[in-house]
Amino acid sequence: MFSFEPSEEQQMFIEAASKFASKELREHARHADEQSALDPAVLASGWELGLLPASIPEQYGGFGERSAITGVLAAEELAWGDLSGALALSAPNLVAFPVLLCGTDAQKEEILPQFCSDSYVPASAALIEPRYDFDSTALETTAARSNGDYILSGVKCNVPYAAEAEWMIAYASLDGKTEGFLVRKGTPGAFVGDREQNMGMNAFPLYSVDFRECRIPASQRLGGDNGAGFALLLNCSRVALAAMAVGVARGAYEYALEYAKNRKAFGEAIAQRQSIAFMLAEMFIDIEAARLMIWEAAWLLDEKRDATRAACLAKNFADEMALMVTDRAVQTLGGHGYIRDYPVEMWLRNARGFAVMEGIAIV
Amino acid sequence: MISFETPPEIDKRLEYVRQVAREQMRPQARHFDEHEHEVPWDFINLMWDTALKTGQSFRSGAPRPDEGPSIASTMLVHIIESLSWGDAGIYLCGPGAGLGGAAIEATGTKEQKERFLARYREGKPKWASMAMTEPQCGSDTAAIRTTAVRDGDHWVLNGEKIFVTSGHKSLIDSEGLSVIWATIDPSAGRAGIKSFVVEAGTPGLTVTKLEYKLGIRASDTASIVLENCRIPLNNLLGSAEVVDKTKGFKGAMATFDATRPSVAASALGIARASIELLKDLLAQEGITIRYQTPRNLLSAIERDVVDMEGQLRAAWLLTLKAAWLMDQRRPNTIESSSCKVKAGDVVTKITQKAVELMGPRGYSRALLLEKWMRDAKINDLFEGTGQINRLIIARRLLGYTSAQLK
Repeated sequence: MFSFEPSEEQQMFIEAASKFASKELREHARHADEQSALDPAVLASGWELGLLPASIPEQYGGFGERSAITGVLAAEELAWGDLSGALALSAPNLVAFPVLLCGTDAQKEEILPQFCSDSYVPASAALIEPRYDFDSTALETTAARSNGDYILSGVKCNVPYAAEAEWMIAYASLDGKTEGFLVRKGTPGAFVGDREQNMGMNAFPLYSVDFRECRIPASQRLGGDNGAGFALLLNCSRVALAAMAVGVARGAYEYALEYAKNRKAFGEAIAQRQSIAFMLAEMFIDIEAARLMIWEAAWLLDEKRDATRAACLAKNFADEMALMVTDRAVQTLGGHGYIRDYPVEMWLRNARGFAVMEGIAIV
Repeated sequence: MISFETPPEIDKRLEYVRQVAREQMRPQARHFDEHEHEVPWDFINLMWDTALKTGQSFRSGAPRPDEGPSIASTMLVHIIESLSWGDAGIYLCGPGAGLGGAAIEATGTKEQKERFLARYREGKPKWASMAMTEPQCGSDTAAIRTTAVRDGDHWVLNGEKIFVTSGHKSLIDSEGLSVIWATIDPSAGRAGIKSFVVEAGTPGLTVTKLEYKLGIRASDTASIVLENCRIPLNNLLGSAEVVDKTKGFKGAMATFDATRPSVAASALGIARASIELLKDLLAQEGITIRYQTPRNLLSAIERDVVDMEGQLRAAWLLTLKAAWLMDQRRPNTIESSSCKVKAGDVVTKITQKAVELMGPRGYSRALLLEKWMRDAKINDLFEGTGQINRLIIARRLLGYTSAQLK
């Protein structure tokens, strides 16, 4: 039976995440962007929402079940507040969810309880590589077998919290397939480079990482000898980022709508002109549509059905939509949209990142 | 609980509908495109007989109880999408209560529903059309000039209606009816506009013209002239009072909340047909679409196809949600207009792109791609143009009246 209504429990998560996003993330967003740093107090406060522990079963120290739908609902709300903040708060998922979904029992037992504590613990994923033709299903970083261990070689970029994270999952090509490897902080051969400077998502710390003869014990291959279902992880990442794209876009749309109602030109609000009003209507429609596509893909994931096509279409649509909506929000504000006193230019910069980012968030 | 699970009843209905679309409609599509104003009786009789036999008209989806949620609208949009995949023009010829029926459902009393709609469950095929547009007014329905004047026990209608879909079938080819919009008080603007049921064979009503069109040529688009056309008083749908400034008009507009998702669904059936054929033809040329490959590494054709498919899915899910809200008996004006805008947009672009991508083959009448491009465009026009629907959405989002946002 069709239903487009979150459950009561999900509605509670949405409300809590939404309150935090508007009271804290949104308030700090501009400052965080200018300083390229998030306030640790904000992260601590966001961690109290308990989104991740609520997705980890009791036997591993959590208090709930993971649901991709709940994940995308929360991701949209958080990204509405601030994309960097949303990504940072979700960074622990980058290790927790792949382990939960694909890890061996030993990996789950060792790692998952670490993400159920009272304090925020960043984690990381090293997937993206610094080349124009990066394709997550055809990585240049390799994993080679050596005396029962794996040797990682290759260069990664856009690795969140690489310098701080206790754990990261490094993705590498093993026999032509993408596989994950759990890398502990300080592992020899994993060289964390400089903090990266991107167009947007400035407050979210991203680093380059150079793996040179980095030896990883076989027990730390995600999923053990059988490996991990990378396609599943990628789909979970696609819907997570797409949901954040919807959050960013919705924030920009709502801001533009209010601005257009208050900004007067030629004796009336600019929203009373079709040129502005029609843009707003189109922004609204595509935001709604993207959200439904993401929900559908997330639902397929929760149903354990193949979500690849739905997730790809949703991500592609949401990426393009977010760019269109944030660009039009800037356009609605006119010259003011270009000025850093207003948040919309930041949202445009943030939105452009979606099409080039993969694997930096997961539900 | 969010769910995208198609109810088994819908899947079951679609099995038959898809077979009809594939075997009875698609093979006839070109013929009725090239023989405008011919009536696809084989299809009509088949659909009518099936409806009588099963007690389920494809026009009304699943039964809708008097209260509580149902799956009527969600089933209907699925059926319409599938039939329009077969052929959108032939689909529009489908017998049953259709648009006129939707108006009666939305605004009629229980007695009126029974009196007017019972005929669609028995006898020979019948249609119900809706006559709103006039030569001087389309989207600006408040400017309707057709008048209804009370004369004792009757309303007397005078005026001219154009672009009445299935006007000929509802009034000449069958014992059907048409829902005619007219004003009972031209000085009252929108408040004076009411809808009236005029049955086939009523003296004073003539069908004067059949249009020649860009596409959906199987469907008749008629002009109707009303000259002192007398109908019983209780053929007025809803209340005859001219009190509230907007209430009567809003009641009538409620019809569109119900019918716009159907138009969107029809559009998307055409869009899906285009994409499917396009992908088959590309596959024959050795081109398969790499959905998982990053966007910047796709070929131009692949990127176009991925975008087309995404846009189609986006529009479909908007349509499904608008229909679902109907089924939940919740307001759906924004959603209904949204899916109509989106579907009208995407079907226009998708079918145009499909022609472009196939080059000379796309332009040739040897394939149906060019026909689908012509059929598609109507969906951006009828049941409210893309522009009037954008206005409806924007007014709601901004909290503006029609005076504040013109």
